[in-house]
Amino acid sequence: MHEHDVIVVGGGGAGLRAAIAASEEGADTAIVTKLHPVRSHTGAAEGGINAALREGDSWEDHAYDTMKGSDYLGDAPAIETLAKDAPEEVINLEHWGMPFSREDDGRVSQRPFGGLSFPRTTYAGAETGHHLLHTMYEQAVKHGIQVYDEWQVTELAVTDHEDPEDRKCHGVVAYDVKHGNVEGFKANRGVILATGGPGQVYDHTTNAVSNTGDGYAMAYRAGVPLEDMEFVQFHPTTLPSTGVLISEGVRGEGGMLYNADGERFMFEHGYANNEGELASRDVVSRAELTEVNEGRGVDDEYVYLDMRHLGEERILDRLENILHLAEDFEGVDGLVEPMPVKPGQHYEMGGIETDENGETCIEGLYAAGESACVSVHGSNRLGGNALPELIVFGKRAGHHAAGKDMKEAEITTGYTDECEPGEVDTPVAPGSVRDTSDGVAADGGPESADDSGTRRTRSDGGALADPQAVVERTVEHERERVQSFLEEDEGVQHAAIREDLQASMTENVNVFRNEDGLRTALEDIREARERYQDVCVDDPSRTFNTDLLHTLETRNLIDLAEAITLGALAREEFRGAHWRQEFQERRDDEWLKHTLLRWNDGSPELFYKPVILEGESKTYEPKVRSY
Amino acid sequence: MSTQVPETETETEAETKSKPNQERRMAEKAERREAADRERLAREELEAADETVHLKVFRYDPEVEGKQEPRFDDFHVPFEKGMTVLDALIYARDHYDSSLTFRHSCRQAICGSDAMFVNGSQRLCCKTQLGELETPVRVEPLPHQEVVKDLVVDMQHFYDQMEAVEPYFQTDGTPNGELEEQRQDRKNREKIKMSTRCIWCGACMSSCNIAAGDNEYLGPAAINKAYRFYMDEREGKDMQEHRMRVLEQEHGVWRCQTQFSCTEVCPKDIPLTEHIQELKREAVKSNLKFW
Repeated sequence: MHEHDVIVVGGGGAGLRAAIAASEEGADTAIVTKLHPVRSHTGAAEGGINAALREGDSWEDHAYDTMKGSDYLGDAPAIETLAKDAPEEVINLEHWGMPFSREDDGRVSQRPFGGLSFPRTTYAGAETGHHLLHTMYEQAVKHGIQVYDEWQVTELAVTDHEDPEDRKCHGVVAYDVKHGNVEGFKANRGVILATGGPGQVYDHTTNAVSNTGDGYAMAYRAGVPLEDMEFVQFHPTTLPSTGVLISEGVRGEGGMLYNADGERFMFEHGYANNEGELASRDVVSRAELTEVNEGRGVDDEYVYLDMRHLGEERILDRLENILHLAEDFEGVDGLVEPMPVKPGQHYEMGGIETDENGETCIEGLYAAGESACVSVHGSNRLGGNALPELIVFGKRAGHHAAGKDMKEAEITTGYTDECEPGEVDTPVAPGSVRDTSDGVAADGGPESADDSGTRRTRSDGGALADPQAVVERTVEHERERVQSFLEEDEGVQHAAIREDLQASMTENVNVFRNEDGLRTALEDIREARERYQDVCVDDPSRTFNTDLLHTLETRNLIDLAEAITLGALAREEFRGAHWRQEFQERRDDEWLKHTLLRWNDGSPELFYKPVILEGESKTYEPKVRSY
Repeated sequence: MSTQVPETETETEAETKSKPNQERRMAEKAERREAADRERLAREELEAADETVHLKVFRYDPEVEGKQEPRFDDFHVPFEKGMTVLDALIYARDHYDSSLTFRHSCRQAICGSDAMFVNGSQRLCCKTQLGELETPVRVEPLPHQEVVKDLVVDMQHFYDQMEAVEPYFQTDGTPNGELEEQRQDRKNREKIKMSTRCIWCGACMSSCNIAAGDNEYLGPAAINKAYRFYMDEREGKDMQEHRMRVLEQEHGVWRCQTQFSCTEVCPKDIPLTEHIQELKREAVKSNLKFW
């Protein structure tokens, strides 16, 4: 069994920042990641990092823009923490050598971005994420942080207490991809989940194939609530054939959107009379799809993003990467023709419920980055706010886990007195499939029912107290699960289940949502769960078995698809990225609250928690959101 | 769910209890039917496609009978305009053989996972258009690296060489003032720009004859990484001298024989050979200084 003070799961921006912070606090820190850190999807972020660095700007303005962008579903303490800490963190990156784009006076450049009242998006060409990722990995090397790369974490080692709030996390269990061993990692001070987004729930996404939301699913099954999962960001400018992202930076620099009739529809059809193309992402995505649905799309599918008028020099200076992407993945030369774009899944606003210090309701378990929900983004994330979230909250989680003395968090986690139970009428039962023959393999978890159909109690006496025993027990369980996957030689392939799940989510839980579609999706998800009971891994090898890895991931995708859809069905209003045909208005009287969903040992339980709009020195009053 | 209508829940459970075997058999039957449908669809798709692409893919698994001796498998994949080599591999894996193994993640040439040997040269599969290749398309793992399985090679040596050049920013001191940044001239940023684009795919190292023969040679990627810091004016003169000592060691820049193979295969168009040459000139200059 491996043992470290702090175990960070995931080697992207948030994970690296957390690991460096923990290491700086003197903790023996290790990163366990299914990819080598430099392969992480942070590297694909293009646009930039919002931070109030310059005269004329202020953290208060950054916070206000973010709260407005969130459609008043972000928590003020989280948003203000982000806005206050971001400048120092950006300068810190500069001190670590990150190659930011520069102004004539040698200072780091900033540009306008959607939904911002000041050009505060700090950038490095149109490849900001790549530079951020590599700069931080370099620092991790410098600190001598141990990296277990190509080790896929499959489960958290958490105690069995009845109430999730009483549970403790003592480590993780991971699968060594190259050699096929399942090993335990004991964490003496804390486990930080930084596993990125769940984009593979959808089939048209900017996310990597590896973005299967493993961290959310593991935390969820361990008892941590998932918060606001219904809020999925669809980025307005992705390439139609692949989902490859075309940065908002293009519009930030002055790029324009046209429909098939050559109209600059953001203005001409009144979607955003003031900000036009630079309205918030949810607004622009809906506008594009409305154009397409009303017959003004190109090939009935997409619209045009035109940057030709910016001129070759400016494009090469600030957006060169975009030319390569458009050429390589769509065969279009952005210098001489407009680029076809359409909305694609991009970001999950919701996530593992944490406080400002990254802590979840389970002691010793933290989350940061896209997989966490502090909540900074509420119902819609502003462009340029994901990267500062990684570094601000990654660092805080790393510090807290390492034992640094920090101000107590204002945000509460778990089921508290302020929470109210929720209700949603579902066409099929969500949650685990109670398979009576072999509960362990597919649907997994020590919480599965025994033969009589009653749930085993989580408490099993003495083993609870000993962290080592908790990790060992989880290792045993995961070894059994992996073994049974490898032995099963007849059944359904995970790829078939995943493909159908993605198709249903894209069809039914997209930019525009209605009750029928959401109910259909839940039925499809249920079917996916049932089929997954008979999933098999054809490849019998213990060496680099990606068939096995993807099969493990697909189970996570099913849980996440369900969490997203349940939230979407429950939330009967239109807020931010969540649009409902039946409910065309934001309903502040009833819905200024977070959706929380917990696994509840296989019978998902919905509840709500009020939004915190009281900031440090002011209260954010919900206003009509127009751009 | 707590809110589930209770009757429904009870009913489902009762049913499951009374006839679990029958349900399971029915489900299995449905699965088989579905699997058959899927195969038929794949076949139809193949037949309907105007074109298919023939791939010959290297296979090897040290512990699976029949794969211990390396071999090539043939896959015929329906061709669509714009399809990349990676798309074809994914199709083959998901529709024909789920054990086909290769690294890939971002699909957009930034994670650097899928450099392979395609029709005899190192390429990033996700940005290599099938339509531009001669068929059959031959896909092999990167040469000069140990094969782990199928198209996956052991990258450890590559990572070790990268780490050998102290691949992190080092400077004597950063500005003390609150939120004070180091200034960097636009020209200097431009100077290092190309070198910072490296995605660690390993194509260059695999293409390099010198690296193949000298295991200790730092190799083009690591030297380029060192270049990125050596040329960054923010690190300062002392650090530059320190970096030069690393670069001009026995297995450093002087090993390069200017064959340009690394530059030719780099998917990010980094002028690797030029960077190495520039460092050689710097090495000469720095040695002259001490004479």
